[in-house]
Amino acid sequence: MADDEILLEVEGLSTRLGGTVKAVDGVDLTIRRGETFALLGESGCGKSMTALSLMRLLPSGGRIIAGAARLGETPLLKLSEQQMREVRGGRIGMIFQEPMTSLNPVLTIGDQIAEAVRRHDPRPGKGVRERVLELLKLVHIPAPEQRIDEYPHQLSGGMKQRVMIAGALAGRPDLLIADEPTTALDVTIQAQVLRLLKELQHETGMAILLITHDLGVVAETADRVAVMYAGEIVETGPVAPFFGQPLHPYSRKLFQSLPNKEKRGNRLDVIEGMVPPLDQPHPRCRFSPRCPLAEGRCDRETPQLAAHDEQRAVRCHFPDKPLPHIDAVPKGASGATASAIQPLLATHDLQVHFPIRKGILKRTVGHVRAVDGIDLRIPTGRTLGLVGESGCGKTTVGKGILQLIRPTGGRVMFDDTDLTALTGNDLRRRRGEIQIIFQDPFSSMNPRMTIGDIVAEGMVAQGMEKNRLACEQRVKVLLEKVGIRGDTIHRYPHEFSGGQRQRICIARALAVEPKLIICDEPTSALDVSVQAQILNLLADLQQEMGLSYLFITHNISAVSYIAHEVAVMYLGRIVESGATDRILENPRHPYTRALLASVPQADPAARHTIPALPGDLPSPASPPDGCHFHPRCPDAGDDCRRRYPDSRELADGRMVKCYRVED
Amino acid sequence: MPEPVLLWTDLLLFVLVGGAIWFGVYASRREHLRAPWRQVVRSRIGISTLTILAFYIIVGLLDSVHFHPRAEDGNGQSGEVVSLLDEILSPLRERQEKTYSAPLATHLFSKENITQPDGSMVRDYPRLAHGGAHLQDPATEHGRDLLLTSLWGLFEGLLLSLAIAALLIWRLARGHGTGFGEMARRVAGGRCEIPWGAFLVTLSILLILIAVAAELSLKYHLLGTDKVGEDVLYQSLKSIRTGLMIGTLTTLVMLPAAILLGIMAGYFRGWADDVIQYLYTTLNSIPGVLLIAAAILMLQIHMSNHADEYATVAERADLRLLFLCLILGVTSWTGLCRLLRGESIKLRELDYVQAAQAFGVGHFQIILRHILPNVIHIVLITVVLDFSGLVLAEAVLSYVNIGVDPTTNSWGNMINSARLEMAREPIVWWSLSAAFLFMFTLVLAANLFSDVVRDAFDPRLRGEKLAAQGEAV
Repeated sequence: MADDEILLEVEGLSTRLGGTVKAVDGVDLTIRRGETFALLGESGCGKSMTALSLMRLLPSGGRIIAGAARLGETPLLKLSEQQMREVRGGRIGMIFQEPMTSLNPVLTIGDQIAEAVRRHDPRPGKGVRERVLELLKLVHIPAPEQRIDEYPHQLSGGMKQRVMIAGALAGRPDLLIADEPTTALDVTIQAQVLRLLKELQHETGMAILLITHDLGVVAETADRVAVMYAGEIVETGPVAPFFGQPLHPYSRKLFQSLPNKEKRGNRLDVIEGMVPPLDQPHPRCRFSPRCPLAEGRCDRETPQLAAHDEQRAVRCHFPDKPLPHIDAVPKGASGATASAIQPLLATHDLQVHFPIRKGILKRTVGHVRAVDGIDLRIPTGRTLGLVGESGCGKTTVGKGILQLIRPTGGRVMFDDTDLTALTGNDLRRRRGEIQIIFQDPFSSMNPRMTIGDIVAEGMVAQGMEKNRLACEQRVKVLLEKVGIRGDTIHRYPHEFSGGQRQRICIARALAVEPKLIICDEPTSALDVSVQAQILNLLADLQQEMGLSYLFITHNISAVSYIAHEVAVMYLGRIVESGATDRILENPRHPYTRALLASVPQADPAARHTIPALPGDLPSPASPPDGCHFHPRCPDAGDDCRRRYPDSRELADGRMVKCYRVED
Repeated sequence: MPEPVLLWTDLLLFVLVGGAIWFGVYASRREHLRAPWRQVVRSRIGISTLTILAFYIIVGLLDSVHFHPRAEDGNGQSGEVVSLLDEILSPLRERQEKTYSAPLATHLFSKENITQPDGSMVRDYPRLAHGGAHLQDPATEHGRDLLLTSLWGLFEGLLLSLAIAALLIWRLARGHGTGFGEMARRVAGGRCEIPWGAFLVTLSILLILIAVAAELSLKYHLLGTDKVGEDVLYQSLKSIRTGLMIGTLTTLVMLPAAILLGIMAGYFRGWADDVIQYLYTTLNSIPGVLLIAAAILMLQIHMSNHADEYATVAERADLRLLFLCLILGVTSWTGLCRLLRGESIKLRELDYVQAAQAFGVGHFQIILRHILPNVIHIVLITVVLDFSGLVLAEAVLSYVNIGVDPTTNSWGNMINSARLEMAREPIVWWSLSAAFLFMFTLVLAANLFSDVVRDAFDPRLRGEKLAAQGEAV
């Protein structure tokens, strides 16, 4: 469908922030009509700044210092602000990552789209509303006549992103810039939005500049791809050869650090170090400090983005040299002997209900059944992956087990003790045995405390180390163990990067010698290369110390790499659980099947016609009758609407709750 | 040896100063507190206003060291209580006139019958007992004497400022290992981390004003005299202590309640939150003036019924000042409490608080280590912003007679007593103007200073700066 007519041509674009930060440094891009061009990179590599430079919407202090950009015949960077306003939302549409904050909460969605329509598609009177309805239909908003007068808070996240897309389409753009359009969305919703973008492209013939950090999303949707690193493009080319054989060492390492089930049992390959800050002078080759192929020439000569074959270009002196072969280092037989007889942790019918209070007297009018009867078993030295979309209650399960939120029903048996029955000091004394690692490494440490105090806090609270010197010594040992230098104990959290902070959080949890660690999305806020480092660390620690993990995540590939068993959660209940291999390779529950199918694969050959799961996750305050999944289920029958199916054990040992699954 | 007297407000003020010094030491060891203060000192407005505030604080502190002076005849102590400031200003304090006299005047403001040496009576403006008493013929010498005295004061002030500037530059030059001339150029050009240039300019202006005022006050009444012939400059200087007391002690009184209750409400939620919220919404709906008037009246009745328990006038006046601070504190803690409650609700959900709970850390420890340090910036901003409001509130309250004791020197009392003379022809303007001038300078300096403090401590404003840098990192 790419008819080779060049739509956007960018040459030598350079953008500075605050005078010193080289956010974009000599970027060349060519986007043809009707194609999807992906700009791939980790956080802080300048990919969003490239898009904002093209829109001329840089934050204050940002300045384009060199380069040219032509949209057809229009020189974008030379237009006056007046003319630029015609282009924005007209010939170029843009959608952002966060649909929650991109819509004005006090205007109806119809008004907000109409704003764009009036500006770029002027029609008299009633025509505007019709055009808005047309746009809403185009992005598959159900019942658009009704939705048009609703406010943003009445819509789900996926729905809001659709509204944003409708707004961006109002001016019939030639180019749609999508800046991480699905990062804030769940996988099933992501699949819907990606499919929608594809469809729209097909209908309107617009080109899409897709900015993402997710190799899977690129493989699913893009025609061509450019990889950015430290403000430069290091490799560009069509998607198929890029995924077949990436050229730049950075791209190659990225692929190797992706977790998946083939790499289970082996350590993940990691890119050492971290993305360089953009306000400091770079070496000749910006990747050379982290590159396994780097040699003397890399320090002397600046590599240029040179054509490799007709379609591909790469910025490296040695694009064909193989990476040093890394032996698949075995993780070791992980904890192996699953003591199936006596699990370390077992929950029986765990329930966490939050009351909904209304009125002056705060009377309880209902309950949000965040967790509604969950049975989990985690043996010593094993990892259970708890998978589900946001809002399904998986984080609440973790906090319920920890007794940070007291469960409203059921039992949490830990080492033969029912934690829900413990209170006060009895509970406090047992606190050390279960620990938690949080998702956001920036809010999980008190910014006012030093690293040493943070790690020591648990030890002091548990009364493990009375002696100050011994305590400090132990903190140092712990930090070294997670790969942080011991002499940093007097520094503050803000001096560390995201990955380092996550390591410190792990050290903090280890300090009290726990038996079970609840990992609540520990890698979701991290870049791919850093995620691999953390997953390796967790696997090593498990092996060394016989830890058990409850690994809560929505990232299927991380689960497939690290978990021995997996439980899939939907709206407060486990719908399917069993050994990871069996569940992921042969999912039986319709929800598990849909969830796995929605995950974008980093392999364009496996690009499937995404079987998008219709609809959104229902509210746990008023779950559907019968099986909670039936409104979205392709196989639902009458029995599903009447009663929630009981848990059944299949021949291969998995538990599943579905009437339609045959043994 | 004079016998020292410790009034209640003195004690509390010294506790406050001790607390401030302790906080300074504490903050200097913690980067997250030291960095914003460094930013305050490095702003031109910050250091200039700090210089002016320091002048007020020094005067206030000097006025808070009280003692019984040695009686005139040398045996035993008198019942009078004076402060160090009174002692320094004794020329001003002791040189009383009969009644009103205009600033720098040599004659009284109103005509009187004067008995001439020859026994005849003349109705004329009599000469002042002290103001310009050294002049033989005021009509001819007055202007020239004023000019010369001012110039002499100007010269002294300049000399002193130059000496201080030279000393400072010499110290800086030694610290940086550069030459004196080079350092002087750097200071003048504003190329130092701390804007010493702005500091020196402010200090010089202040010193010159003080020197000129001092020279003139020795011979005249610089700001005139009031109805009973007391020097207005002296009154204005004495009022500084009252203003500072109200501004700071009130805060001291309200802080513990506001911090404790605010954090408790936000952290524990549930019934504790309900009770505390009920408390402050109720308190907030009672008009503040009503509460203050009632409390002050009660105190007055109590004091008149137990007159024998209060030995001196100073003690009574002091107790009333303290009581005013207390009651102002009771009516003003709710705002801060509400802010802290909101912030604590946000903080208690943060991961690091949850992590601490998962470690089994007790509630008290969590509040002390995780909540309190993260709301301190709000406390600081509120305290500094409230200060000027309280100084102004004192003036208003004294004006409606429910403020400090009428015998206490305060700007409010000065305004109150001057108000009746506003209708006089020609108008007696100097008491009002003096009070206005002193109060205005203090409140303006405090407001500008609080703006700088807020900019330095407010994480949202700081966040903007960081975000600009962070985009690329």
